[in-house]
Amino acid sequence: MAWTWFHRLGSPPWIYGFSGRLLRFLLPLTLMLLVVGSVWGLAFTPPDFRQGNSYRIIYIHVPVSVVSLAGYYVMAIAGAVSLIWRMKVADIAMRVAAPIGAGLTFLALVTGSIWGKPTWGTWWVWDARITSMVVLLFLYLGVYALYEAYDNKALASKACAILALVGTVNIPIIYKSVDWWYSLHQPASIKFTGGTTIDPSMLYPLLLMIVAVYALYVCLILLGLRAALLESESKTKWVQQEVMEQ
Amino acid sequence: MSNVLAKVLSRQVLLAFRRPAAVLNPLVFVGVVVLMMPLGLGPERDVLGEFSPGLMWITALLASLLSVETLFRGDYDDGTLEQLVTSGHSLYFASMGYLLSHWCVAGIPLILCSGLFASMLSMPTEGIAPLMASLFAGTLVLSAFGTLGASITVALRRGGMLLSLLLLPLEVPVLILGAGVVDRAIGGMPIADLLSVMMGLAMLALALAPIAIAASIRISLEV
Amino acid sequence: MSNLPLIRCYEASIHRGDRCLIADLDWSVNAGELWQVTGDNGTGKTSLLRVLAGLAPNGLVGQCERDGVALYLGHRNGVKADFSPRENLSLNLGSHARFSSKEMDRALEIVGLGHYLDEPAYRLSAGQQRRIGLARLFLPSPRLWILDEPLTAIDVSGVSLIEACVNDQIQRGGAVIFTSHQPLASGTLQRLHLSAGRGVVQRV
Repeated sequence: MAWTWFHRLGSPPWIYGFSGRLLRFLLPLTLMLLVVGSVWGLAFTPPDFRQGNSYRIIYIHVPVSVVSLAGYYVMAIAGAVSLIWRMKVADIAMRVAAPIGAGLTFLALVTGSIWGKPTWGTWWVWDARITSMVVLLFLYLGVYALYEAYDNKALASKACAILALVGTVNIPIIYKSVDWWYSLHQPASIKFTGGTTIDPSMLYPLLLMIVAVYALYVCLILLGLRAALLESESKTKWVQQEVMEQ
Repeated sequence: MSNVLAKVLSRQVLLAFRRPAAVLNPLVFVGVVVLMMPLGLGPERDVLGEFSPGLMWITALLASLLSVETLFRGDYDDGTLEQLVTSGHSLYFASMGYLLSHWCVAGIPLILCSGLFASMLSMPTEGIAPLMASLFAGTLVLSAFGTLGASITVALRRGGMLLSLLLLPLEVPVLILGAGVVDRAIGGMPIADLLSVMMGLAMLALALAPIAIAASIRISLEV
Repeated sequence: MSNLPLIRCYEASIHRGDRCLIADLDWSVNAGELWQVTGDNGTGKTSLLRVLAGLAPNGLVGQCERDGVALYLGHRNGVKADFSPRENLSLNLGSHARFSSKEMDRALEIVGLGHYLDEPAYRLSAGQQRRIGLARLFLPSPRLWILDEPLTAIDVSGVSLIEACVNDQIQRGGAVIFTSHQPLASGTLQRLHLSAGRGVVQRV
């Protein structure tokens, strides 16, 4: 029972059809969540008593940061599945996850920097979280660049899976060490607002936005997966049928 | 089993001594970088001394990065790796041999000379022994990541730039901990806990990295 | 000694990257057989041999089983120019076995390097360097040999030397698969000809 489900996941035509049906309601849902969450967060929450209105960027910054870290694990798990079970779909999912994850990490850095200007008075601060995010960005870019460097794409995926797994073992160590490094050098003038409590009226739209960005991430992965599936399976019968039907 | 480890290790070390440039290049590199530091930062002993832990560690990291690029190059080009994989030897222990050989050839000489270089950067004397101790564990981790990176990029035509992109993010903790050990020692704080963390990481890297290296060698041979 | 085939391919397809070089190969190699793989450039001779040697597991679709370890000598046979012939054999990574120095000296003498045992290989000619690699054939070795272009850069006396040792290996109950554009003189030579994406067995 469980295994037939697992085998279905490995079948490109099934995954293509299934993701198509899933996206049909997931895409509108994601759009709705994003609109509701951002309008609620940006327009209907009270301003922060210290930061005024500038804090509202957390409704983009925090969800994007959370998802970009989770995305690395998604990529590594997909890589592990493709290494162990030689599953083509997992393979493609991993390679699609790398640029998407890199994009989200970059967005997190940019929004963090925009937030930093009014809050800290400077675009860039070597804060523990920012530094960790930069390292994460380079981990993503490394996987992506390694994939591009191989001509043989089947081997490229394997190499990337190994690298992603090594990165996964390392991420906790990197985060821990960067935290420790920051505590060592922390300048007194800059204090991160984390740890302070957040009012429910600000928290609920934030949670909603996190869910929305997760949904967006799933949509992006599925869309990328479908495009890559069509490309890599372009010689098979089911793809040609699919194209004929369109 | 570990027969192949000894064989790879002795082969690589002998090869390095046939071509002493392999041993000397990283040291000369570190020497030149150390020369650049006072030229760029100014000769004030206080400034140099304050930055010396970080400078020494960044230099060590770059030296390891530069020297590891050619680790598999010759053996890939002349077919030695093919021989190794078809022989039925344990690729895990062979990989560990390569890792240790890089550490012996590039790591140990650097550790031995680091005291000299550190005093040229006017590092306070209480920092020098901790520097060597942290390099002892840290360069082992650097060699582990480096060997992995070299094995995964050896078949690629333009591996050099890619190698630094792959390795530097992974090596962040080593840099932080290594420089931290020396900083604390100079500040008169205890360092035993940090050193044991570094040693633990080194052992972990020594045990786990060969798994990934072995898989990467197989992939590189198929390209 | 088991009667299992040393190599057994069943509906095997050999790929290189996305390209299928050989489709649906049914082929087996038994003890005592000598096989020459022929075909034009780019028909997949080397790719086939690499799959057989276990160097390209991803290039294989279908079944291809090998009984035990094989001795594989490729285009590049792992000779280090900085090592002497002796060191090249004693530090060779291509074999499980530890050879005695007597065995190694004898093998090097057979291939005609008796006077250069401790000379660095970079002082030797290209042909002599290849002979260092081929000295492996005169050391204790597995039953199956897979030799990719063993005759490249080898002179006439060298070719007859290789012929003799290949025949010895066949007599001992081993098997040899090789690629070459010239045949080896042997009574039992069989041919696998690759063309147009197929492997066809030819009796000679």
